[in-house]
Amino acid sequence: MTIRIGNGAGFWGDNLDAPRRLVETSRLDYLTLEYLAELTLSILARLREKDPSAGYAHDFLSVLKSLVPALKAQPQLKIVTNAGGMNPTSCAQAAAKILAEAGLGDTMIGVVSGDDLLPRLAELQQAGCRFENLDDGRPLADLQQPIVSANAYLGAQPIAEALGQGARIVITGRVADASLTVGPAVHEFGWSWTDWNKLAAASVAGHLIECGAQATGGYSHGWHALDLAEVGYPIAEIEGDGSTAITKPQGSGGKVSRDTVRSQLLYEIGDPRHYLTPDVDCDFTTVHVDDDLTDHVRVHGAHGTAAPDTLKVSLAYRDGFMADGRLLVYGHDCVAKAYECARIIWAKLRDAGFEYSRSHVELLGAGSGVPGLHKPPADLHEVFLRLAVHDPRREAVERFTREFAPLATSGPAGLAGYTQARGEVRPVFAYWPTLVPRKFLTPTPTVHTAKEWA
Amino acid sequence: MNMIRLSDVAVARSGDKGNHANIGVVALNRAGYELLVRELTAERVAAYFQGLGAVRVERFEMPHVDGLNFLLYDVLDGGASRSLRTDTQGKLLGTALMELELPVSR
Repeated sequence: MTIRIGNGAGFWGDNLDAPRRLVETSRLDYLTLEYLAELTLSILARLREKDPSAGYAHDFLSVLKSLVPALKAQPQLKIVTNAGGMNPTSCAQAAAKILAEAGLGDTMIGVVSGDDLLPRLAELQQAGCRFENLDDGRPLADLQQPIVSANAYLGAQPIAEALGQGARIVITGRVADASLTVGPAVHEFGWSWTDWNKLAAASVAGHLIECGAQATGGYSHGWHALDLAEVGYPIAEIEGDGSTAITKPQGSGGKVSRDTVRSQLLYEIGDPRHYLTPDVDCDFTTVHVDDDLTDHVRVHGAHGTAAPDTLKVSLAYRDGFMADGRLLVYGHDCVAKAYECARIIWAKLRDAGFEYSRSHVELLGAGSGVPGLHKPPADLHEVFLRLAVHDPRREAVERFTREFAPLATSGPAGLAGYTQARGEVRPVFAYWPTLVPRKFLTPTPTVHTAKEWA
Repeated sequence: MNMIRLSDVAVARSGDKGNHANIGVVALNRAGYELLVRELTAERVAAYFQGLGAVRVERFEMPHVDGLNFLLYDVLDGGASRSLRTDTQGKLLGTALMELELPVSR
């Protein structure tokens, strides 16, 4: 038996049509949709503060609408997604409404929650959790700023349980990305939760597809030879022994090769000997990647050992405000002029009584994308000046955004783009990476029909 | 000394882990991997990215896939949420590293 798991979303903001195109052009057993980057939850937490029924990745709802015909035509198709964000229950209710209205009211929806530690932080600290910052060791008690969100990364077990209880759609909050794939694999193959090599294999498969088209030619240096407008999203074909093939829908753009798969294997990893998930401690150095057929690459050999008894926690706290602004500077003297504009803006702000805790100047087009590598070319004729500030005081950042437009008449000649220059003041949610002992979490799924959820 | 560009022998992709960046480099073939192991040292990568404040760089070898993973500590100006740069997540570092020139011994 082989199960086919396709991933149609690599982050919140990914292409809205990709999931539909994936299921229309390829027969899948599972469609996974990954929406939560490290800091997405703090944005969702803020949305929930303003509206208690919000706080999930609402892109999922338009995607789900587009998937209704496929769900009707393909009885084998199931969906596993972390679109629930800070509010999986509300997400399930909204999804259930869509399904019920489409005549799919009998669809079983499973909700996995229990990752939200924000209401439990005091209790857990009393129980001895210090939530030390993994980067500098400071205990959470030292943090002065208000905490916005705190979510533990859950694993595949509650997903597999929800599927075991008959769920066709599983909606979770913070779950490790790879676990969206491991859950279905364990459910289908009945693997033990201590069969570390198989859990490692499925985790590798999940890691390879979690960023969508990055496994199929997206973000590749060989872009000239690929049709990325039609890029196909990745599919993992997983066997009962855990060995996997990565592929994409026939006729789609992009490419699956040993290079695209290896690039993704190494994407956003630390020590490859210990790729830690809530399910397994996976050794990526044991993995082999072999070309097989066209757009079909074999991945095998993953070794795993017992998962750590702590879970990663993604905790975010309020850390002041940020804004940026930019101006197009034109002319043979654009670089000198851009620096002069920056000097004028900082001088005006200093006169108004504002100094900033952090500030930054970039000359985009002149090598600022990666500081220190390239000097501006001598014949450069235009450049984008971009300034950014970060400060605890909203009013200071607000004032910064007002200092670009006046240059329209009071700065040097050869400036444009004032109307787009004024950036938005946005709150900063700083990241506090930490751990929580697993024993404090007992995530369980809730499974009902769409009619019942709605 | 003959020089080649990293892009002649490998592809690289980068991303963020909090305030740290990783760059995964995979060689196009076995000979390329052996060259990378010899010449693409953690020290050389740190020196190349000194403009980002790279001081501590760790290198991990993945011989089965002809790959090297580099972890660059504290180079992202506070990480995705706090960075004031356009490239908040270090996405450009892989492309930048492709331009690094390496010596080839005859």
